[in-house]
Amino acid sequence: MADPMKIRAVLKGDTVDVRVLMNHPMETGQRKDGGGNLIPLHFIQEITVRLNGKAVIESQISQAVSRNPVFSFRVKGAKAGDKLQISWLDNKGDRNSTEAVIG
Amino acid sequence: MNQSRRKVLQRAGTAGALAAAGVLRPQDLLAAGWNKDAFSAKTLADALKNIGAAGAGDSKDIVIEAPQIAENGAVVPVEVTSNLPDTKSIVVLVEKNPFPLVAKFDFLEGATPFVKVNVKMGESSNVRVLAEAGGKYYSAVKEVKVTIGGCGG
Amino acid sequence: MRLARLSTAAAALASVGAIALAQDTKKEIEKYQRMISEASPVELFELEGEALWKKKQGPKNASLEQCDLGLGASVLKGAYAHLPRYFGDADRVMDLEARLLHCMITLQGRTRDEATQRVFGNEDKLSEMEYLSAYVAGQSRGVKMAPGLAHPKEQAAFELGRKTFFYRAGAWDFSCASCHGEEGKRIRMQELPLLFKPEFARPVVATWPAYRVSNSQFKTMQWRLNNCYQQMRYPEPNYASDITVALTLFLTATGEGEPYRGPGTKR
Repeated sequence: MADPMKIRAVLKGDTVDVRVLMNHPMETGQRKDGGGNLIPLHFIQEITVRLNGKAVIESQISQAVSRNPVFSFRVKGAKAGDKLQISWLDNKGDRNSTEAVIG
Repeated sequence: MNQSRRKVLQRAGTAGALAAAGVLRPQDLLAAGWNKDAFSAKTLADALKNIGAAGAGDSKDIVIEAPQIAENGAVVPVEVTSNLPDTKSIVVLVEKNPFPLVAKFDFLEGATPFVKVNVKMGESSNVRVLAEAGGKYYSAVKEVKVTIGGCGG
Repeated sequence: MRLARLSTAAAALASVGAIALAQDTKKEIEKYQRMISEASPVELFELEGEALWKKKQGPKNASLEQCDLGLGASVLKGAYAHLPRYFGDADRVMDLEARLLHCMITLQGRTRDEATQRVFGNEDKLSEMEYLSAYVAGQSRGVKMAPGLAHPKEQAAFELGRKTFFYRAGAWDFSCASCHGEEGKRIRMQELPLLFKPEFARPVVATWPAYRVSNSQFKTMQWRLNNCYQQMRYPEPNYASDITVALTLFLTATGEGEPYRGPGTKR
């Protein structure tokens, strides 16, 4: 089962306020586990926000973004019924994405 | 970011095909869009240089909303609005982090130049934000003090 | 390491106890607390909790959906805000976790040992109890805190909780009131709320269970009390024991009337 991801998309006029919650350890590679071993670098590198399939925001982030990242964006020209899709790719090649219909 | 590489990726299709064709090295496969040099830079100056923003002038049209005091450096909320016309991207850096570059957001058609992100800060530092508008980079800064609260429990 | 930290805490408490934070410092910290609450991953834990609530488990291969949290079987909305309360079927006052445990045992046929094997999780994986607590608590958003106080056992639990709050014992002769009993106290940059006064208890009871950004862990009231006992150098209380429920009832009753804000996000 993929880790949950959640989008909240609230329409204000023709702009959507988007908040996305992501489950990800965002390990910096500096933390040690119980046995004193370094936990390897594991973090989301790229995030794409799409409106009705078209990319509107592309982001590159580092391991310095907090664990279980939460982002807020604003997308113009949206209307009720439009589809918002957010996806991420991490440094291990894992991906996740979720969709929300703008209400 | 290497523009010719991106063009190759867009034309070629699957990552597997690209690897087989010898165009991508294994470690490039999935991070082709991620600016490794900029994210690995250990000083603010190097990070700025790597994203092409060295010498960015200050601008009051970049608004940073962040707490002056963070109870813990693991999560520091930073909200940025750029009122510069034609803002194409926003970049967030934490000057005293081991690797200052934290995030870059590119706004394609339809996105407002606004973002809120939670960043990790190793110690009290300036949070530096850049906005790319009209082909130039502009800068703003806000100091955030990182404290530790509580009894460790 | 812990011993050194605790003795530093005690010394710090003694020396800076009466010095409250400056007003503008306090305002900036409140801004931080507000901003992290607005950008919190807790809803993801609520989603996981919902899946666990509906998951068939145990020898009886049953979900928790028929659990009566005080407002009737399967009623979730507002249930958390009305806890702790007396339950006739168990003849006991119970808090959320005690009641969830009861339902795991009676509805799912699980043993107490198995169900409490891992009650406190970590940053990589919350415990089942933590996910469930997030979900159930989230269903009380906006509902005023109103624990049970009419039944004789509820009243007895309140009294036990109040007495325990002020009762000094343990290796350092601490009580809850040692840290939470005097206005203006703090440990390092964190203010210590005066928990036996409504004005200070209200925002606290309205924001637990909570996500702790300092360790990325989601923590419940049972954990909070357990950890306080450790900090005070007491033996750890048994999970969901009468004394922990009594303390939670005392604290919640002291903060009653406050609309529940949903699982919180804290430093």
